[in-house]
Amino acid sequence: MQQTLYDKLWDQHWVHSESAEPDSMALIYIDRHLVHEVTSPQAFESLKLAGRKPWRLSSILAVADHNVPTTDRSYGIHDPISRLQVDTLDQNCDELGITEFKMNDLRQGIVHVIGPEQGATLPGMTVVCGDSHTSTHGAFGCLAFGIGTSEVEHVLATQCLLMKKSKVMNITVEGELGFGVTAKDIALAIIGKIGTAGGTGYAIEFSGSAIRALSMEGRMTLCNMAIEAGARAGMVAVDDITIDYIKGRPFAPQGELWDKAITYWRTLHSDDGAAFDREIILEAAQIEPQVTWGTSPEMVTTIDGVVPDPAAVNDEVKRHDMQQALKYMGLVANTPIQQIKLDKVFIGSCTNSRIEDLRAAANVIKGKHVAATIKLALVVPGSGLVKKQAEEEGLDRIFRAAGFEWREPGCSMCLAMNDDRLESGERCASTSNRNFEGRQGPGGRTHLVSPAMAAAAAVAGHFVDVRKINN
Amino acid sequence: MEKFHALTGLVAPLDRANVDTDAIIPKQFLKSIKRSGFGQNLFDEWRYLEHGEPGMDPVQRRLNPDFVLNQPRFQGAQILLARANFGCGSSREHAPWSLQDYGFRVIIAPSFADIFFNNCFKIGLLPVILEAEAVDRLFEEVKSTSGYKLAVDLQQQIVVTPDNTIYKFEVDSFRKHCLLNGLDEIGLTLQHAEKIRQFELKRKAEQPWLFA
Repeated sequence: MQQTLYDKLWDQHWVHSESAEPDSMALIYIDRHLVHEVTSPQAFESLKLAGRKPWRLSSILAVADHNVPTTDRSYGIHDPISRLQVDTLDQNCDELGITEFKMNDLRQGIVHVIGPEQGATLPGMTVVCGDSHTSTHGAFGCLAFGIGTSEVEHVLATQCLLMKKSKVMNITVEGELGFGVTAKDIALAIIGKIGTAGGTGYAIEFSGSAIRALSMEGRMTLCNMAIEAGARAGMVAVDDITIDYIKGRPFAPQGELWDKAITYWRTLHSDDGAAFDREIILEAAQIEPQVTWGTSPEMVTTIDGVVPDPAAVNDEVKRHDMQQALKYMGLVANTPIQQIKLDKVFIGSCTNSRIEDLRAAANVIKGKHVAATIKLALVVPGSGLVKKQAEEEGLDRIFRAAGFEWREPGCSMCLAMNDDRLESGERCASTSNRNFEGRQGPGGRTHLVSPAMAAAAAVAGHFVDVRKINN
Repeated sequence: MEKFHALTGLVAPLDRANVDTDAIIPKQFLKSIKRSGFGQNLFDEWRYLEHGEPGMDPVQRRLNPDFVLNQPRFQGAQILLARANFGCGSSREHAPWSLQDYGFRVIIAPSFADIFFNNCFKIGLLPVILEAEAVDRLFEEVKSTSGYKLAVDLQQQIVVTPDNTIYKFEVDSFRKHCLLNGLDEIGLTLQHAEKIRQFELKRKAEQPWLFA
């Protein structure tokens, strides 16, 4: 029978079912467990209290990313509560013998950047982490999804998770993306189309010629935001681009094992004619640069668009939510997106902090300067290694010359658990993934965009069409 | 895990869709390394007039009188009535922890985000999915009736209104069994430890690069 990629990954990891029913809870084996400081302390504590030990230490890779400062780290973390959380991760990893990249390790970075970068994320794996953006790793033909702290403990103790099989949605993007249009715009256009709950209960496979043409960085951006469409997992089939990316990375197999691995990895795609529970088709050429205007990623329009008018919406709950969003965002219906003025710009996060993202932004600002009205423009590379590579390519000099701050790696202003944040009422063009109320700081107003669009907005002081400024 | 059988409890309505986990428990409170004490910061940005930080004494803070949970008639509510896609966003289990710590035992909504839904079952907080029309009706009733209570029975999988209208809900049989008995899922899974070991050996033989 023809199988989807999801079916193949499920079958490969199936250990046991609780009943003979087709939708029974099943035990699924976990190959890679990524751990960060925010969602793990309670899991380690409970594990210890129950007198249990991690099932397979070599499956675990840990890193602190949410709480770490992005400025000078030689003095450590000054916030005592953040420091305790990072210290607790260090202690747990040291005590149990878990591989951890500590804060001053060059390999430290955002967990969803370093997994792939190290080759710790490999095709065919199940990858979990106590973080919803674990969907990122599905870009490698993995089954990757976020879990809660009780499940972190479950995986530590048993190397398995109890779960139900999802439905599978195939989102096909055919054709060629226009100039200045990126994976981020595909992701936001999809969410605009199906809504933030459109993928609930599904795993999403992204396919079609536009997806095949994306780099691994682009595929990671896309899968990263599957969760913003409500799907716990996003995935892309394995091809040469996947295999070329992995080759030679520290945790990747070598020699004979490499040859054996790639033979298997090449089977990781949906079979021709495999049946999906839902199919969505988009034309790449129709996708334009996207900008969110509200407090949910589905509140999105194009750079040529205007802030929508709640009065034109019939559904009462939806209209009310739009009114609330506009009030929070300090926006008036029918305002052209390009007239929205900004206070801050953030280029970073597990969505858009990889080398390709930094290159795209640098390309836009080269020889230009951040507008005088922008209070702060930040670039936060996804990892120490991304930062190093960018510096070798001279990107840091381009950013600094343009008036951007060039920081140390971490989650930073995506969720403002460290000192990087918006003040109340400040408006930000952000390459991150969530524009929820207070996400980037209490009262802060977030507009989600691609790195190139964020860079262009930094120069103009308001949103502009990146396709026009580069011409 | 806390057991759940049945409950008749006061209902509080939270009338907005897509309530995300950042709203349920803002990120500054996730710095705690404990599992308890999150209830005082549930919906923190909506509930208090000034911005909250860890360590603040809730008694000293000014409540937002417009926020539904601060209204006297909803004090002591154990059932939260919510709109579609409740709990979307991050995977933080701190969200169900804070709802439970505040005193909620049941959340009723037309739909939930997947990770949040799953996390609730792990701690004994019952998420109930009802048809959108039924939820609409419950919103109307709870808003217009002071002291409005619902009875929720997990064994029978029903929600009963004060006028004895019965709404049936679906729940996975394994999850129901765990919730009714307050079972430790890890302990249950470890009963299959030998099966997991056998699976692992086979996998190691077939895909040795995964075990390097």
